[in-house]
Amino acid sequence: MAVPAVAVEQLVEWEVAETQIGLWTDAWQRFRRNRLAVAGAALVLILVLIAFLCPLLVQLGILQNPVKQNVQYIEAAPGQAGFLLGSDELGRDTLSRLLFGSRISLSVGILVQGIILPIGLAIGLAAGYFGGRIDNLLMRFTDIWYAFPDLLFVLVVVSVFKPNLLTIFGAIALVNWVGLARLVRGQVLSIKEKEFIEAARSSGSPPLKLIIKHLLPNSLGPIIVTLTFGIPQAIFLEAVLSFLGVGIQPPTPTWGQMVFDGYEAVYANPTSVVFPALAIGFTLLAFSFIGDGLRDALDPRMRR
Amino acid sequence: MAISEGRSGRGALLPLRISQLAGSRGGSLAIFVGKRILWMVPIVFFVILITFVLMHLAPGSPWDRTGGRQLSQAVMNNLNIKYGLDKPETEQFKLYVWNVIHFDFGLSYQYEGKSVVTLIGGGWPYTATIGFLAFLLIVPVGISLGVVAALRQNTRVDYITMGFATFAASFPNFVIGALMVVVFSVVLYKATDGNFFLPSADFGLDSHLIMPVITLSLLPIAYTARLTRASTLDTIRQDFVRTAWAKGLPERLVVIRHILKNSLIPVVTTLGPTFAFLVTGSVIVETVFNIPGIGRAFVVAVSSRDYPMILGTTVLFSVIIAVANLVVDVAYVFIDPRVRLT
Repeated sequence: MAVPAVAVEQLVEWEVAETQIGLWTDAWQRFRRNRLAVAGAALVLILVLIAFLCPLLVQLGILQNPVKQNVQYIEAAPGQAGFLLGSDELGRDTLSRLLFGSRISLSVGILVQGIILPIGLAIGLAAGYFGGRIDNLLMRFTDIWYAFPDLLFVLVVVSVFKPNLLTIFGAIALVNWVGLARLVRGQVLSIKEKEFIEAARSSGSPPLKLIIKHLLPNSLGPIIVTLTFGIPQAIFLEAVLSFLGVGIQPPTPTWGQMVFDGYEAVYANPTSVVFPALAIGFTLLAFSFIGDGLRDALDPRMRR
Repeated sequence: MAISEGRSGRGALLPLRISQLAGSRGGSLAIFVGKRILWMVPIVFFVILITFVLMHLAPGSPWDRTGGRQLSQAVMNNLNIKYGLDKPETEQFKLYVWNVIHFDFGLSYQYEGKSVVTLIGGGWPYTATIGFLAFLLIVPVGISLGVVAALRQNTRVDYITMGFATFAASFPNFVIGALMVVVFSVVLYKATDGNFFLPSADFGLDSHLIMPVITLSLLPIAYTARLTRASTLDTIRQDFVRTAWAKGLPERLVVIRHILKNSLIPVVTTLGPTFAFLVTGSVIVETVFNIPGIGRAFVVAVSSRDYPMILGTTVLFSVIIAVANLVVDVAYVFIDPRVRLT
């Protein structure tokens, strides 16, 4: 049953895209189709805008000063005496503190990733590419590290050194870089064996060029996803520290601290717990939606 | 959020290799367990070392008072001598490790004359009860949610279950705990004139347990449900499941005997991280609900720089996690006949 070649060509309908699209365009298109991820990204964008604009709003008189105490209006209910979301135990405007709280949460989430990226990359790449002693050391180190719950470690560090922005950022970064280093190592180990690396190496690429031009771009997807999921984790740790009373010190408003303060007076004024609690919850939710969206968009195997 | 994407490997620290040679299973299991127990020794040693170094790097001393009157230099010197802080640091460390080997964790700084062992012993019943009840809730609820979602994939049941799991995994447990107190203790209390509500203070071992246990178990339930769903979806598409359906087995038997048995294998590995989570979760939940357990004691010790208490609880926590991981690894061998110990 020999089928003429011409007939086959007619049977198969070749789909050739008119313009070739690259990985990033493709990823962007798939990310855009994920409604939850887009909603998450929109919420984060709004938060970033708020974080930048809230000092300006105070200057313009639209928003109250977050640290200004109005002792005659303690624990005001929402809407009472001009406090849209009520006031706290010192008569400070909850709405204003809520908006200012986004500054701490976002900067912890994002800057911590900025700290762990170079550390995790350098160690992961070195361990994966060169193997040997440095690889062994990293693996033994992570074995021990994983026996140490990260919240406990951060608590000890922050209590030992005075809690301020620097120690909190440092402590959170210190517990999180290990995961990234392990991921990068795994990526490098699997990519290293691919043919194109062999080809590049046999045509005389020096190791540094190999790492920068081939290994790094090819493991970028999982790295971005890990960093994105690291953001809510860092925000969570900072919020817990504040909630336990060892975080960034008052009067700087943070969401965790607001939950704690409101919780002290929960029977008198329950709403002062609800607003910061929901702010933390939905911010974390937004970041995990973005993370899910990015993971699906950047993984070529997920192509539908 | 202690359980995160990057950390899913926490359960199985040592590689289990599949090999063709079965060998004598009992003998190699004993060697495996022995090795793992020995491996715990350096882990605990390093945990002590890291915590110890951190605390002695700290500027100031545990006798500093925040605000108010400071202790006089003479009193501080006496306190240092009493608690052995006048000795060189290496000497202190050696002494501490030596004492730990003899199960002596020293005297607490904040409670005059009470030993760390007594304090931990006092908090232990609360932490253990809540952790145990949470574990009893996590395993059946998490697994059944995951299996049901997978069997009804892309239906409303699936969407609701996974939607719940996403929420529960994103909302931090102190937020969930605080919101539950607002809803069930404040709003409900006011709405029913105090006739029906969930208690949140004056901890006893009865209905006070409901909210702490739920708060502690929500995130692990979400995590277990997600993983069970993924693994069940994988199993459903296998040939042997199709065969089971094809030969006319009733749904109950197909699900229990063929699907569940095989899809639970990867779920077992998450029980290790779940234990780690219950430990760190206890720190938060006991603070939210004001429970006098070990987690709460740890937070109090941290804020008052009670070194022996911090060291003692950290050692205890890391031993619990190491033992849980060991149990999970051993359980894995029994559950999955393909796994061979190396």
